[in-house]
Amino acid sequence: MTVHGVPEGLAAERVTRRAGGRLIVDGITLAPRPGSTVGLLGPNGSGKSTLLRLLSGVLAPAAGVVTLDGVPLPRLGRRTTARRLAVVDQHATTQVELTVRDVVALGRVPHRRPWSGGTPEDERAIEDALARTSLTDRADQSWHTLSGGERQRAHIARALAQAPRELLLDEPTNHLDIQHQLDLLTLIAGLPVTTVIALHDLNLAAMFCDEILVLKEGRAYAHGTPADVITEPLIAEVYGVRARVTPPDPADPLDHPSVRFLRS
Amino acid sequence: MTGAEPVGGRQRGGGGTRLRGVLLGLAGLAALFLSLAVAVTIGPADISVPDVWSAVAAHLGWGEPELTPIRDGIVWNLRMPRTVLAAVCGAGLAVCGAVLQSLLRNPLADPFVLGVSSGASTGAVAVVVLGVGGGVLTVSAGAFVGAVLSFALVLLLSHTLGDTTDRVILSGVAAMQLFSSLTSFVVLTAADAETTRGVLFWLLGSLSGTGWTDVWLCAAVLAAALAVLLLHARTLDAFAFGQDAAATLGVRVGRVRAVLLCTTALLTAVLVSSAGAIGFVGLVLPHAARAVVGAGHPRLLPVTALAGAIFLIWVDTLARTVLDPQEVPVGVVTSLIGVPAFVVVLYRTRKVT
Repeated sequence: MTVHGVPEGLAAERVTRRAGGRLIVDGITLAPRPGSTVGLLGPNGSGKSTLLRLLSGVLAPAAGVVTLDGVPLPRLGRRTTARRLAVVDQHATTQVELTVRDVVALGRVPHRRPWSGGTPEDERAIEDALARTSLTDRADQSWHTLSGGERQRAHIARALAQAPRELLLDEPTNHLDIQHQLDLLTLIAGLPVTTVIALHDLNLAAMFCDEILVLKEGRAYAHGTPADVITEPLIAEVYGVRARVTPPDPADPLDHPSVRFLRS
Repeated sequence: MTGAEPVGGRQRGGGGTRLRGVLLGLAGLAALFLSLAVAVTIGPADISVPDVWSAVAAHLGWGEPELTPIRDGIVWNLRMPRTVLAAVCGAGLAVCGAVLQSLLRNPLADPFVLGVSSGASTGAVAVVVLGVGGGVLTVSAGAFVGAVLSFALVLLLSHTLGDTTDRVILSGVAAMQLFSSLTSFVVLTAADAETTRGVLFWLLGSLSGTGWTDVWLCAAVLAAALAVLLLHARTLDAFAFGQDAAATLGVRVGRVRAVLLCTTALLTAVLVSSAGAIGFVGLVLPHAARAVVGAGHPRLLPVTALAGAIFLIWVDTLARTVLDPQEVPVGVVTSLIGVPAFVVVLYRTRKVT
């Protein structure tokens, strides 16, 4: 993963962020294997969103550094960063009247010069992103007429139009029904990019992530495969709830632990 | 629309080809020049469009003077500068409104949201009523100083309060209230009735008595500001989903916001200093333009500027003729005409949900 100590792809090295005299993110180190899907788990306020904002460079760490191929984000610059790292927020919304295609075309902003029109490459990236998210038929529809799941798909399409190698998502499945949650995560996990995704649902995280980082009060509480991390003691310790965890079948490499919560 | 599109044009839907954009732009410019020419003919003295043309040609050195000196003076020294300034103010205010609405993500934002107009009025009143500057400062210069001071206060306040978008708007509102109160206080305590009337007229916006010096100054500032704003058109698109989203699309949010706020405030300050606080244009025309050409700024900004220019030419023509020989403040007419037009536009584009 690292050649001569230079991490490949996105890496955070002991990043820390303070707000209101409190450590929101406290010395987190994370270097996702290129192409893998890393889940961020943890209760509300454990620092998942802040960590994602640090990883995207929107927030600057108080200590530590976030790098892309070994280059710190501030040195790389916003535009260069946006050409390879894309972000999908919880439910970013707008009052502006835009079509789905307009929203997806925003992903080309970092690739275009201020005065230039769309190049064939821009068009291709937009069409590709629409197709991958099954939104081609909806391209000329108003963004405001989309359902919650379709809006998130449109945001993912916009992110894909950025042609990223790294994709950061903050609870993209919030407020979606189970079918749309599964559809969306299947889509995300199948993308050929490195993905860091904050999730609330332990079962979905176990199903779709190669690796899970559990945060508690801004610190890395556990880090490993779903089978290593999602255990009854961890759920009790981090979330303070009782649960039964059925471990994966060792004979089935695709199996994953499943969680059943108990009434206290 | 089928296969034979120019390379780089849109493949389908979504607002047509670049060719259509160019045609729309040319049609808009033609409408602007026609409006200028026709508006100058309106009023006493029976002047025709060819008269206007020959007067302009003579002054630009393209032909021999054909009009009598009096008629030439009416065209070139009275009506032409006033009409051109109306176009410049309309374009500038409308485009500032469009930029600020997108940048601050607030449909109620207008060029005066940064406190510029009320600062200008306080500056003007300080010169006219209190005699600040000892006769050296003109009303326009006083207004400009007031506008810049007010905007500086807004920047300082919003920076101290945390620099988020809503803090910028709240700081602007605070500055607006502060300077309006100061203006009212000065006018009510220190001015006589006649001065009060003059000041009130100026505050509502007036293009009367415009000379070419004002026009050239405003036009030059407008040209420079338009260049800066158009250069940021695509960047403004990226603000649709908020500042963080813009940042992840590669926009240096802090820098872009500073540049755009300063540019719009400076342009507004110059326009307000020359023509007073003409309301409504900057608030409403961007919405009307958006309803027609959509939200993409590379197209929205030029269209808004053209629409603002044409709109204010005609509104000012009405303002100087409808109660002739008395003049109605142009700011009053913009609202009287603009509000019904605005309601119609909003009604036709209402969301059926």
